[in-house]
Amino acid sequence: MALTTIAVGGRTAADRVREELTAGGGDAAGKAFQAALITCLGIALAIIVFLLYDVWGDASEVLPSRLSGLLSGQYTASAGTAGIFNALRGTFSIGAFTVLSFPIGIAAAVYLEEYAPPTRFTRLINVNIRNLAGVPSVVYGIFGLSILVERFGSFTGGATPIAAGITIAILVLPIVIITSAEAIRAVPRTLREGAFGLGATRWEVIRTQVLPYATPGVLTGTVLALARALGEAAPLLLVGAIGERLSDRVGFFDPEGLRKPFTALPIAITDWAKRPLNSGFFQNSAAAIVVLLAIVLVANSAAIVLRNRFEKKRG
Amino acid sequence: MAAITIDDLRGNPRRLRKEAVVKNVFRSAAGLSILISIGIVLALIGRTWSFVGEVDLGTLWGDNWAPRSDQFSLKALLTSTAVVTGIAMIIATPLGLGSAIYLSEYAKPGVRRTLKPILEVLAGIPSVVIGFFCVSFISPNLVQRFFDSAGTFSLAAAGVGVGILTIPLIASVSEDAMRSVPRELREASYGLGARKITTSVKVVLPAAVSGLVAAFILAVSRAIGETMVVLLAAGSANASQFSTNPFDEGLTMTAAIASQVRGSDAAVSQSVVDSLYFVGFTLFAITLILNVVAERFVRRVRQAY
Repeated sequence: MALTTIAVGGRTAADRVREELTAGGGDAAGKAFQAALITCLGIALAIIVFLLYDVWGDASEVLPSRLSGLLSGQYTASAGTAGIFNALRGTFSIGAFTVLSFPIGIAAAVYLEEYAPPTRFTRLINVNIRNLAGVPSVVYGIFGLSILVERFGSFTGGATPIAAGITIAILVLPIVIITSAEAIRAVPRTLREGAFGLGATRWEVIRTQVLPYATPGVLTGTVLALARALGEAAPLLLVGAIGERLSDRVGFFDPEGLRKPFTALPIAITDWAKRPLNSGFFQNSAAAIVVLLAIVLVANSAAIVLRNRFEKKRG
Repeated sequence: MAAITIDDLRGNPRRLRKEAVVKNVFRSAAGLSILISIGIVLALIGRTWSFVGEVDLGTLWGDNWAPRSDQFSLKALLTSTAVVTGIAMIIATPLGLGSAIYLSEYAKPGVRRTLKPILEVLAGIPSVVIGFFCVSFISPNLVQRFFDSAGTFSLAAAGVGVGILTIPLIASVSEDAMRSVPRELREASYGLGARKITTSVKVVLPAAVSGLVAAFILAVSRAIGETMVVLLAAGSANASQFSTNPFDEGLTMTAAIASQVRGSDAAVSQSVVDSLYFVGFTLFAITLILNVVAERFVRRVRQAY
């Protein structure tokens, strides 16, 4: 006889069994807990949406109506004509220095994962890199100011994009090393052993097996590092980025700009965000943020596209 | 048939030479990180030492941070830093941890694959942008609306901003810790008749506790080291009073360093410049200790499973 057919006081036995098992009336605490968790995640995601909405609200007074003026304009005292040409130029040179440092970071990661013997010195380097990744960015700024601007001022030219670029490159180096090392660690051991078995040397194994397989992961890590580098402002303040008084007119790709005073996109944003809320500069700041986020977004999307292509190739 | 000799097995000398060169290049790249660390410590220590020598150390525990009038109250900076960090953690810990539990224990794989990258977008937003958001929205519409005593710039607004910034960090480190808890533990719990909430709270969380502690400490360290949000939202150009009131303006250690350089002109005295190195060294030491402790906890999770 099926349980469902026995009815006592209007309830089937199945109902009673279910009630017994769920301690009566369903799992209220469990549902409440799950709702609370979803709320947490929901708030976190809502903040992103709201932040973008808020920035766009302020920026819409400048964009898209004054986009070209903003991109090509100098850093003037009048909000209606002020632009971010020099700031873009500075951010571009800093990005270039950062990209130049990527091979160093990847090489270090390869050494740590493929060559390094398990000695105390290797462990020291590993711990050291993880600690460097946690050093606050202003401290890198002090390093840049003291070492690159002052001690090696004859090489960097003082407070120039060279000093700033090297400072930021050093700042993101630990991130590049850590993410690349993770990608290299994920390469299956069988690939290496197969190549060693065929008589390849260690470098040949790395060049033909390890690096191609690790490329998607390495790429993602380096692009995240680049995005971080472009948005970093605190070290630039210390290295001597200037805002308002920058009046040099140098072509965008003119290397002469590397030896001159500089500013950068995050610095322009900061300077303008300090002005009164209805000054017009505040709106310029929001517009500059839109430009910065667009650059970061383009970099990230490029990374995703490249990663997918490499992953497909890997099969 | 010629016998195989040792020379045949030694390999092509050109190949071996190349091998050695490559290895050394890679090794020096790795060694560079040590040089950077030494550089940072040297850059900080020299001027910190001269600061300690030329300044009346009694002012470190005074009530005023005003380097231009020789008042170097480290106490004021540490207090502001603690207030901002405290507020940030009150906001980021529940939101980050809640998101992590949901993503790790509740979310279906497809949902997780979509939501996690979006949360990572938050991690990629530059801190100046969060600083701007503090000034344009959080301060006028949240802090000032609910607390009349708050001005345009306040430590509270900065704290909320720093909190937003650390949510993704807490979420991703805690999620990693919870996902590394073996499935057998959860299944054993279900087998004993435990509900999902019991399994998550009484089995998975305790098993991942080292990782959760690490996430919290890393977030504290990140919050202490955050500069731009505080510089934009907490006010105070280059002087600050000792205050524990979160609705006052204030300078954290990081903001004190950054604003010092900003306002600097040729006439500043040596001790003003040196004070920046002194605060930087203090900041470096605090965050280093926190990171080393967090690293211990992370390693404990890895060893356990």
